[in-house]
Amino acid sequence: MDWRGKAALVTGASRGLGRALAEELARRGARVALVARGEAALEGAAAGIRASGGVAHAVVGDVGEKRAIHAIAGAAAALVGPIDALFLNASTLGPTPLRLLLDTDCEDLERVLAVNLVGPFRLAKAVAGSMLLRGSGVVVAVSSDAALEAYPRWGAYSASKAALDHLVRVFAAELAETGVRFVSVDPGDMDTDMHAAALPDADRSRLARPEDVARRILDSLDRASSGARLVTT
Amino acid sequence: MRAATAPRSPERLLLVDPARGTFDDATPRGLVRLLGPGDLLVVNDAATLPASLAGAVRGEPVEVRLLDGEGERFRAVLLGAGDWRTRTEHRPPPPPVTRGDEIELRASLPPPAERGEGRGGGRGCAEALKARVEGVSELSPRLVRLVFDRSGAELYRALYAVGRPIQYAHVASPLELWSVQTGYAARPWAVEMPSAGRPLSFELVLELRRRGVAFATLTHAAGLSATGDPAIDAALPLPERYEIPEPTIAAVERADRVIAVGTSVVRALEGAFARHGVLRPGRGETDLVLREGFEPRVVDALLTGMHEKDASHFALLQAFAPRALLESAYAHAEEAGYLGHEFGDATLILGAAA
Repeated sequence: MDWRGKAALVTGASRGLGRALAEELARRGARVALVARGEAALEGAAAGIRASGGVAHAVVGDVGEKRAIHAIAGAAAALVGPIDALFLNASTLGPTPLRLLLDTDCEDLERVLAVNLVGPFRLAKAVAGSMLLRGSGVVVAVSSDAALEAYPRWGAYSASKAALDHLVRVFAAELAETGVRFVSVDPGDMDTDMHAAALPDADRSRLARPEDVARRILDSLDRASSGARLVTT
Repeated sequence: MRAATAPRSPERLLLVDPARGTFDDATPRGLVRLLGPGDLLVVNDAATLPASLAGAVRGEPVEVRLLDGEGERFRAVLLGAGDWRTRTEHRPPPPPVTRGDEIELRASLPPPAERGEGRGGGRGCAEALKARVEGVSELSPRLVRLVFDRSGAELYRALYAVGRPIQYAHVASPLELWSVQTGYAARPWAVEMPSAGRPLSFELVLELRRRGVAFATLTHAAGLSATGDPAIDAALPLPERYEIPEPTIAAVERADRVIAVGTSVVRALEGAFARHGVLRPGRGETDLVLREGFEPRVVDALLTGMHEKDASHFALLQAFAPRALLESAYAHAEEAGYLGHEFGDATLILGAAA
């Protein structure tokens, strides 16, 4: 895929895989809107891309908040143009250390679903309609092997990612043959703040670097059919 | 015509056929048998900006209604005290402003945290948004050019935090931003919803595609439909900018029949054609006014909403169908209980030569 001149929106872009995806997209020539809650880290990520000659804008917002969705989608499109590629990367584990489901507060499950499932649905809905009428676009949802495996203590996160995977499959089925693709990606274990929060005792030297994973995701995106679940480990 | 008083999808479609001199009742769903291969629907994909900003100038309340802008520069209309519950023509005039005046803008609603809605999300700004008056129009002292104190992502963050969608006195409750977006909205260039696309549910879009109907987009900065200032209203629509993407030009050239979804699409396509004598991709600005006697050169048919017969919208329809036919069709629609305005029912005017 030729990313030159394309407009991309990446959520959770202030650190980890989201930041690496935004940097790699910009390196390949895309104009990138970076979205995250934390203003300072997000502006730092965008400034880094601009310093390397890329086009990047920091759009501060929380995808888990209903009122933020049109502000995010509108600002991003105003700044980089109608969105060609949407990366639904922002997610939350819920409180850490991770807890058994029976110890999980209902409100914490709701917040995880708001950020990892409902927010991505809202943002996809705000962006993919325009893609459909233009006849092209790709929506990439970042998933996890926890969507498939029932790891104890990962309940809220797992359930949100399993539902997100299925949301992607249904979007793909409904928009078949329209030029708009929906794909989910399991990036595997990476050396990120989120991984450290979930598994503080893990050997970080054995974890993949987000920038390598971001490259693999973009490389494999060309070959991915709509509805596919990519595994980049 | 009775106004729809809450957000809803159009339920009825008034079909006007100038070639036959007839009109008929249909539904949006009925578009699947009215349209087919060779037909192209062109939509305005402008998202709606929350363009109503409450603020104060020298301590006196003022409402700023943005018209259009790029970077940190916007044109705007100023209204005096009060809110959307009062029709614009009954609102008091704004405090007089001159070049150099500063308008301080604040959220018209408390931030979400104070309303018990949790974290700030896209709203909430550290400091008030400010706009300086850079120029006052000779047309009216209420039509101004503004320069905001920030640009880019910072300006959009502030506009979405402070702004509310333009409201309508005939709508029962305040409109939320999501109620004034089309499903295919992209860049927030419009200050009022390009509402003609409301009949196009995605169920209908996909069904039309399966039947060989093509779709294309353009972006047109649809401005205010009314300001309450007779001098400005007489000059509406003011020049508006548009962008026509290259694939849309190719689609128009391939199509047997071009159906504009909304008068803003007509204005962009016909304005571009009138300026260049040919359709070219890219950005432009048009001051074209559509009215009786205007002969469309690109657009063959128009899918649009329903508005009052004395509104400029009705005059504009006369570029597509004779006044007498439109008056009969509208009289029938009124009798049959069609609803009008932004959330009202729809009209499809087929081409005179179709």
